[in-house]
Amino acid sequence: MSDVTIIGAGVAGLWAAYALRKDGADVRLIDRNGPPGPHGCSWWAGGMLAPHCEGAVSEQAVIDHGRQAEASWEEITPIKKRGSLVVALERDRRELDRFARRTEAHRRLNANDLAELEPELSAHKDGLFFETESHLDPRHALVNLVAVLRNQGVDIEQADVTPNDVDGTIIDARGMASDAPGLRGVRGEMVVLRAPDIHLSRPVRLLHPRHPLYIVPRDGGIYMLGATQIESISRGAPTARSILELLSAAYALDPRFGEAEVLETGADLRPAFADNVPRVKPRGRVVHLNGLFRHGYLMAPALAKQARDYILHGQKGDLVRED
Amino acid sequence: MRNFYGVSLRNPFMLGTAQYPSPAILEEAFRKSDAAVATVSLRREQGQGQAFWGIIKSLDVHVLPNTAGCYSAREAITTAHMARELFETNWIKLEVIGHGDTLQPDPFGLLEAAEALVADGFEVFPYTTEDQVLGQRLLDAGCQVLMPWGAPIGSGLGLNNRYGLTSYRAAFPDVPLVIDAGLGLPSHAADALEMGFDAVLLNTAVAQAGDPVKMAEAFAMAIRAGQIGGTADPMEPREMAAPSTPVIGKAWL
Repeated sequence: MSDVTIIGAGVAGLWAAYALRKDGADVRLIDRNGPPGPHGCSWWAGGMLAPHCEGAVSEQAVIDHGRQAEASWEEITPIKKRGSLVVALERDRRELDRFARRTEAHRRLNANDLAELEPELSAHKDGLFFETESHLDPRHALVNLVAVLRNQGVDIEQADVTPNDVDGTIIDARGMASDAPGLRGVRGEMVVLRAPDIHLSRPVRLLHPRHPLYIVPRDGGIYMLGATQIESISRGAPTARSILELLSAAYALDPRFGEAEVLETGADLRPAFADNVPRVKPRGRVVHLNGLFRHGYLMAPALAKQARDYILHGQKGDLVRED
Repeated sequence: MRNFYGVSLRNPFMLGTAQYPSPAILEEAFRKSDAAVATVSLRREQGQGQAFWGIIKSLDVHVLPNTAGCYSAREAITTAHMARELFETNWIKLEVIGHGDTLQPDPFGLLEAAEALVADGFEVFPYTTEDQVLGQRLLDAGCQVLMPWGAPIGSGLGLNNRYGLTSYRAAFPDVPLVIDAGLGLPSHAADALEMGFDAVLLNTAVAQAGDPVKMAEAFAMAIRAGQIGGTADPMEPREMAAPSTPVIGKAWL
């Protein structure tokens, strides 16, 4: 019999399995939909490992743990260590000042620096460079994590179970399907474009008073545009308005995005607690791993390690909430 | 304080619920602000943000749903009806936007929607410019509160047209008036209260501050100061300096 059963094979559940295996525990990993895919919100992520940029509107815990994410993911999947770039339209330059005040580990770029760093953004004269940040391809990362687990003898069992159906210690990493107290859904919508003529090598954030946007480059001239953030638990398809806003912002960043092919649009819910910080929440023999909000890839490694240390060694890290 | 459709508020602070870094910070900001009214937007929640709505309900405030983002009378009327059903209140902050960039109200659509909603039993808080002719037409339509803008929504510019607003206050001495939108600093809110406005409504200035909780508290203090100062019969500005220390009897040196 295994030591721990993990229900939910999104980025949180997969990382929990990996962390526990690494410490020698026997684990079972079950998901009602099998391996990761479009059914889970991990599939729709941007894959930025950008703790400092996120720090503009996040609690300190996200910055502190997020800084360790790159090293953790390097054990699993290729990381692009190119930093990230933040720009604003000329009219909104003060948004850039404000973002600079509220974040750390960046340097201000003038037009020359920008042209050197990311030549195709030369229309922009001013920006912030977060040199220590990085990004990954989230779908590749999930596939690679599944493969690593398989090598360690963990296969994802496809079964529709709840914690009540399983004996022993359980990690509930089912996201919105779980009944973790205090959890809410925050809707996000995204677009995937193919624009082979555009060459951006790192994530770019466009600060905009109404329609902030990030663009994450993936291999093959593919770009992920994200993401809306709406206090709604509607899982409906992306609205025309949201897609319009995302595409308009991308067009403002570089008009050549107007010629891009729209490969994909997506919408899903981010599970979040009230302070938007993820938690390990033990309730009897069930340990909830949830609330990753928009920080699934940034926070899953730290959250998984704290769940492991709690279950195997009784250690209570700062993300553990016993209530 | 003047009452709003029969409701006497514990203080003249109306605070929005959008754009906070997290619901936890929103909740703490409301606690520090002691705001008496929370405005909520229905449009983007699509009636499905139950968890978020639960947080608002726990704030112990009057809820003022709005029709933010509506560009026509018809859209605003539909949104108002959905809001009444969801939030169980006849109050509606009526926004009919006429221009995408300035978010300036569309006066014609606003009047049309106000007439229809009043006829339907709504208690309408119209977001309007400081145009007195429009103000009177809104009162004629049955509105019992007017909400002139300080400056464009989210701009933080403060009271953009002091002459217009002073004269608006004088034109409607008995109508509850709320400065809605455009405030950026606590001093803007104090100013509005000193000028005799009955309340202020703001959102971005608090929600987008680096420390929303601290800014909420600062606004609460400024609003209180403006309210007390405004009713303390402020001195009139003078052209000539007047020494505050008596000079008679001072020794000649």
